[in-house]
Amino acid sequence: MMDLNSKSPDGPIETRWERHRFHLKLVNPANKRKYTIIMVGSGLAGGSAAASLAELGYHVKCFCFQDSPRRAHSIAAQGGINAAKNYHNDGDSIYRLFYDTVKGGDFRARESNVYRLAQVSVNIIDQCVAQGVPFAREYSGYLDNRSFGGAQVSRTFYARGQTGQQLLLGAYQALERQVGAGQVAMYPRTEMLDLIVIDGRARGIVTRDLKTGKIESHLADAVVLGTGGYGNVFYLSTNAKGSNATAIWRAHKRGALFANPCFTQIHPTCIPVSGDYQSKLTLMSESLRNDGRVWVPKKKGDKREPNQIPEDERDYYLERKYPSFGNLVPRDVASRNAKAVCDEGRGVGESGLAVYLDFRDAIKRLGVHTIKERYGNLFDMYQRITGEDPYQVPMRIYPAIHYTMGGLWVDYNLMSTIPGLYVIGEANFSDHGANRLGASALMQGLADGYFVLPNTIGDYLASGRFEKVDASHAAVREAEAKVASTVKRLLGANGTRSVDSFHRELGKLMWDYCGMARNATGLASALDQIPALREQFWRDVRIIGTGEELNQSLEKAGRVADFFELAELMCLDALERNESCGGHFREEYQTPDGEAARDDEHYSYAAAWEFTGVGNLPVLHKEPLVFEYVHPSQRSYK
Amino acid sequence: MRITLHIRRQPNAGAAGRMAKYEVPNVNQEMSFLEMLDVLNEDLIARGEDPVAFDHDCREGICGMCGAMVNGVAHGPLAATTLCQLHMRHFKDGDTLYVEPWRAKAFPVIKDLVVDRTAFDRIIAAGGFISASTGSAQDGNTILIPKRDADRAMDAAACIGCGACVAMCPNASAALFTGAKISHLGLLPQGQPERATRAVAMVAQATAEGFGSCTNIGECEAVCPKEIKLEVIARMNRDFIRAAWSDR
Repeated sequence: MMDLNSKSPDGPIETRWERHRFHLKLVNPANKRKYTIIMVGSGLAGGSAAASLAELGYHVKCFCFQDSPRRAHSIAAQGGINAAKNYHNDGDSIYRLFYDTVKGGDFRARESNVYRLAQVSVNIIDQCVAQGVPFAREYSGYLDNRSFGGAQVSRTFYARGQTGQQLLLGAYQALERQVGAGQVAMYPRTEMLDLIVIDGRARGIVTRDLKTGKIESHLADAVVLGTGGYGNVFYLSTNAKGSNATAIWRAHKRGALFANPCFTQIHPTCIPVSGDYQSKLTLMSESLRNDGRVWVPKKKGDKREPNQIPEDERDYYLERKYPSFGNLVPRDVASRNAKAVCDEGRGVGESGLAVYLDFRDAIKRLGVHTIKERYGNLFDMYQRITGEDPYQVPMRIYPAIHYTMGGLWVDYNLMSTIPGLYVIGEANFSDHGANRLGASALMQGLADGYFVLPNTIGDYLASGRFEKVDASHAAVREAEAKVASTVKRLLGANGTRSVDSFHRELGKLMWDYCGMARNATGLASALDQIPALREQFWRDVRIIGTGEELNQSLEKAGRVADFFELAELMCLDALERNESCGGHFREEYQTPDGEAARDDEHYSYAAAWEFTGVGNLPVLHKEPLVFEYVHPSQRSYK
Repeated sequence: MRITLHIRRQPNAGAAGRMAKYEVPNVNQEMSFLEMLDVLNEDLIARGEDPVAFDHDCREGICGMCGAMVNGVAHGPLAATTLCQLHMRHFKDGDTLYVEPWRAKAFPVIKDLVVDRTAFDRIIAAGGFISASTGSAQDGNTILIPKRDADRAMDAAACIGCGACVAMCPNASAALFTGAKISHLGLLPQGQPERATRAVAMVAQATAEGFGSCTNIGECEAVCPKEIKLEVIARMNRDFIRAAWSDR
């Protein structure tokens, strides 16, 4: 069994990061320019890391599949970013943010990492302010905060409903400054299709230029992946259409272990599916649950207009079941309950797969003006998409795949099991355990990129004596040839079905069997069906055009091929984890009142899977999780 | 609904373009404009024809990747709305729509509706930032920013870099885009030390990229999906002129 050494420091948790940093080797400033680092991805994690590494003096090559680094999907985050500033004197502290995050993650994250995340959260806000991120201000000129789910303090910093956009633009501008200075070479519309491993170390990547189809290799001293999550396995998700798992999956196939793939987060408030042409799902910020009341009719199949249903025939089921948290229960609990009432046949809308989020009482209490001020942009967005006016009729919402807590396994230095391969942001598995709290994704991406990786990567670079390699190396040739043959094989199938039709079918399977609720029978059935569908895909996919041009079907096909393999691993991981925790809800393991039942005795570990070939059973390695500070308890929101 | 589309097809940057006519007989009014293109593309693939290439990513109106001229208007007929957020209920059964890429010298066509907007990145790289290297910042609350200034900076910072302003401008000017960034950073105290050099460098880069000059026509403001105001161009001009006459 592989030794998964997390390199987590021990001793008092408050000083672990400081002591660890002191023991890391340094690269002296004059030597930094001798090193080249490849950064794949340009979102909050990748953009901030590329900029910070370049500021330190390293040469950076940064890659993204979009036409500009500013498009990365971090841009769509609405609500805010957490930081333990305690500007409000309301009892917040680094320890409390650490505690909330470990508990919110249902005790499946590494304590040392989470504590460090809470520590650097305060530096992130300072850094972003200095860059000119226009955070919301009070009239006094001080920074404003709002509250968010899963916490009892106000620690969320925000820039209207566009916090992700503004933080990303801050990182993007810092990155472009380094592009202008010649420290970063930017490669937009370029996709990583393989990792080059030489003598056991990550030494480069193979890319495809999406405009010309040219396959090329890039060599470096270290490779960093900041390529986001894999929610698009489900086809319909709140992710951008292009978000994909190809970089992390192909690194996994080269030896990087994949941890906790079944930990996926379902966001409770999204606009429901309206038809089979649906291409993606749109999130409505969690903040709406501060004033909106969630309900369904008491009667099954009640087709009356919502405003025709009298008060005593409505079931405000969250308020009924969770009197102390009410509509503000965490995401996983809210999502499961929405599914439960729809499964009972009490769902609303044409499909019956929706519940109401009603602002009638809030408007009565606060007036239209206040509601408009708080949520105006969200109401406009809802109206634009559905054509309905949420000031007049309740919103219809339904849960949707939103975030993936799983990802490539990394140690405390954010290095994967392949030396020289680092993984940051949503692409790694490290900080959120089995469930992520709202406003914590932005925090983790920027913590990794601005403050953690630039400190830890030097230790690896300083300790290695890297052999010079060039494009003629056998490993480079082999990786290039493999990429070229995959492209050729996809184009050569010349079958009858489009890439999207396969992706939709896979997504539906995953949603039905590995979505909000899972059980052993369903997962076993999915594990039967996925390989068959995958084989059909390779046999029967139809891609028009050639590989030597902009070919969007070909791009999608490569990503979907990887989703097929990853989907299988997700189901296997879900089947293996015989407990419910956070976003992973196994129907067999629940408390008498229907809540998630964890099994700490048997499953208090990170499941890190080793690839052994397509269609072969992967090998499970376990990193035991030790809780010295926050003692595992049953999460209760009653 | 049945919609007739005339879409400008161009296989690559070097080839000639032409308008091609397509019928989409099964349009649902709940579809977004891009979902209608998805449906058309599925149909084209089934018939063995090359699907229409178009840029898109978040489909929530924030990434700035999508965009096309619909009947001569950037992002189509609905104000303050990106193409991905435009839904087919705003059209009628039997409508005929002309769909074309952004047209500007500085935005060369890559394929069909996909254009190269990297010129925008180079304008930002020339000076659209505050030079605050990681680690050098002091506590966020030591810089007090009046709410009014923060709100105005945010109004300008809302730009998504889609390029509709350039596409709609008869001069193909990037003044609204460039002015938005100059205004966002110039309105904040942190942005003051580099304010003059920033304006000069960014305007020079925009000119070098081949964007035209601004003649205050205002088409950009009319089509901006994020409602960036013309006043950002006035701010840019003021910063630029002041910098040109002062000793930098």
